[in-house]
Amino acid sequence: MKEILVRPERCMGCRSCEIACAVEHSQSRDLFRALSEMPQKRLFVEHVPEYSLAVPILCRHCEDAPCVAVCPTGALTQDAISGVVRHNKDICIGCWTCASVCTYGVIGRDRRARVAIKCDRCPDLEVPACVSACPTRALIYGDVEEISSSKRAESALKVARGVAVSSR
Amino acid sequence: MANKTATESIDPATTKMLLEARRAGLETVWDRFNKQQPQCGFGQLGICCRNCNMGPCRIDPFGDGPDKGVCGATADIIVARNLLRMIAAGAAAHADHARDAVIVFKEALEGRARSYQIRDEAKLRELAAEYNISSWGEQGGAADLANALLSDFGRQEGYVTLTRRAPEKRRKIWESLGISPRGIDREIVECMHRTHMGVDNDPLHILQHGLRTSIADGWGSSMIATEVQDILFGTPSPRRSEANLGVLKEDEVNIIVHGHEPILSEMIVEAASDPEMIKLAKSVGANGINVAGICCTGNEVLMRHGIPVAGNFLQQELAVITGAVEAMVVDVQCIMPSLGGLAACYHTKFISTSPKAEFPGALRMEFSEERAAEIAREIVRTAVENYPKRDRGRVLIPRERSECMVGFSVEAILKALGGTPQPLIDAIVNGSIKGIAAVVGCNNPKVPHDHGHVNLVRELIRNNVLVVTTGCNAIACAKAGLLRPAAAKEAGDGLRGVCESLGVPPVLHMGSCVDISRILVVAAAIANKLGVDISDLPVAGAAPEWMSEKAVSIGAYVVASGVFTVLGTVPPVLGSPVVTRILTKDLGDAVGATFAVEPDPFKASKLIIEHIESKRRALGLKV
Repeated sequence: MKEILVRPERCMGCRSCEIACAVEHSQSRDLFRALSEMPQKRLFVEHVPEYSLAVPILCRHCEDAPCVAVCPTGALTQDAISGVVRHNKDICIGCWTCASVCTYGVIGRDRRARVAIKCDRCPDLEVPACVSACPTRALIYGDVEEISSSKRAESALKVARGVAVSSR
Repeated sequence: MANKTATESIDPATTKMLLEARRAGLETVWDRFNKQQPQCGFGQLGICCRNCNMGPCRIDPFGDGPDKGVCGATADIIVARNLLRMIAAGAAAHADHARDAVIVFKEALEGRARSYQIRDEAKLRELAAEYNISSWGEQGGAADLANALLSDFGRQEGYVTLTRRAPEKRRKIWESLGISPRGIDREIVECMHRTHMGVDNDPLHILQHGLRTSIADGWGSSMIATEVQDILFGTPSPRRSEANLGVLKEDEVNIIVHGHEPILSEMIVEAASDPEMIKLAKSVGANGINVAGICCTGNEVLMRHGIPVAGNFLQQELAVITGAVEAMVVDVQCIMPSLGGLAACYHTKFISTSPKAEFPGALRMEFSEERAAEIAREIVRTAVENYPKRDRGRVLIPRERSECMVGFSVEAILKALGGTPQPLIDAIVNGSIKGIAAVVGCNNPKVPHDHGHVNLVRELIRNNVLVVTTGCNAIACAKAGLLRPAAAKEAGDGLRGVCESLGVPPVLHMGSCVDISRILVVAAAIANKLGVDISDLPVAGAAPEWMSEKAVSIGAYVVASGVFTVLGTVPPVLGSPVVTRILTKDLGDAVGATFAVEPDPFKASKLIIEHIESKRRALGLKV
């Protein structure tokens, strides 16, 4: 199962992911034409001034997702296999219970349709639009186990180097 | 990969070389373009501003985030300012080119640039008359002309002289809008001043100055460059040559001249035909010296000497990858900085010549007017001496090369028509020629190479629209065989008849990018003859694959001159609804022409034909 993971240390704050997200959720899926549609983005590049860092914040599709648990109409559901939390706008009543419990604050509001909008992980794309759009690969799309495993290997290498240097 | 190249170019020679580049593991412009994907949406929409250090600022195009920069500039202000800066840069490139040409002209008259002579005395006298130089004698008049031309750059009073060539109605429009250009340099400097933090913040006001600056380019800089180059190097007349990478020779020393200014390349052409140099080439085992061009330096020597052209903008790296180029000699503009690294993978010497332009990995052989012939000979000698280092196992020259007929200066067109534009006007009036389209401009990897150019031109001639062309479009047409008189067969019956009776192609090569000034002169001549404005004529412009800032300035002066213009790649303005509306709509009320954007060349041809037909109707001509 693949997840979108964030490497904040690589984020340049260019907001290309936000634009790509909005365009992907437009009818035309074309930047120039999407301007007349005003689609909304579903991930947010947040600035953390204390650390002068930009951090992309997006739906984590939490396992046992609180938004799904609290949704009174069943508009939010979680796919048993992929873990993707999907939103059915036809039965959403715009009560914002989901938004109140979301730890990340990534449930948005479609003011025209008066319903919630959230990351659907781009069901039509092999790689989500935000990930493809990131010029610095601050967003990666991969298997958590694999990514963690390669991170562990990297960390191990650092530790091993340290040990080797100190024992010399 | 094999499938990929089809989306990258429609030119078979380019496709072959691209496969070779990938086989050899060499990076080209297309690979770098792919690595840039996706490109920044803020940049594409023109809504990022770096004009001061409170920024960089970005406007959220979807209305979720900031709608103003730190200073309070809206998307409309930011887009307009950015566009004005693009025009300033493009106009500056042409101004600098023109000024250098005038300086060579002046130094030639003063006897300091001995390698240059006056080749077109008649044009010299005509131009002097336009500059009101009456005292003609010895070299007095010519020297006065040189100074008068130079004074247009720093003019403090009155207007840029050659704007007088525009029809009276057009000049009245410019005056009423307050966009008649004063000094050439002044308008460019004012662009930079107005876009400095806290100066001009009204999109319309900003864009008006953009038009004024661009007019200073088209009817000033570019026109001066064309005229002075004709005086110094001869006014082009029809001649035949060949185009595409296949013009490179297996058994000769290949020298490519690339860039935009003919000042040095003229000398290289001369030095390469020097018997002593040819003898030297033979002594190193070559059968001769073959000079070929790329981009507008290529167009200049193609138009004046029939020197073959090896390719257009996107082919510059591929020329090196043929492994058969002894020297790639460059001056200024549109030269990829990647050439140094690429040349280092072969025996090719990448020689930079302009005091203004340095490139990584280039061998510097700086040009000076005083020693022009001498430096050209040194460059040719360097190339010849490099020939034995060519690795024959790595030579791969694609066979593709097409014949072409070039050299249609205004003078040459008038001559072909019997001295007056009347037969052309008659053909337009009786409908055998529906109208005239100027199709020009660069290549851009956003569009399959030459796809926009060739398909648009083909559609237009098929519909009896006479096409005039310059720059990289002209080279694309040459490669596609559209510059042969025989291409008349591809034209509609009316245009075909006219071309066959005159023995000319349906697509007329009018020169380099600065020579779009020649197209303005033709348009003005037809308008004057009919007593109407340029905006009344059944004419249109198009830049299907444009990429450079020069093209932005060109597009602006073509529209400011009253010609409806279709762009094939989207300019970075769509982030501002106001600027977009001004360019595509409001300009029509102000200057009688607008921009349109249409990436599909087939749809673009329809837009142009519809426009031409509407102008025909307005003139009371049958459609």
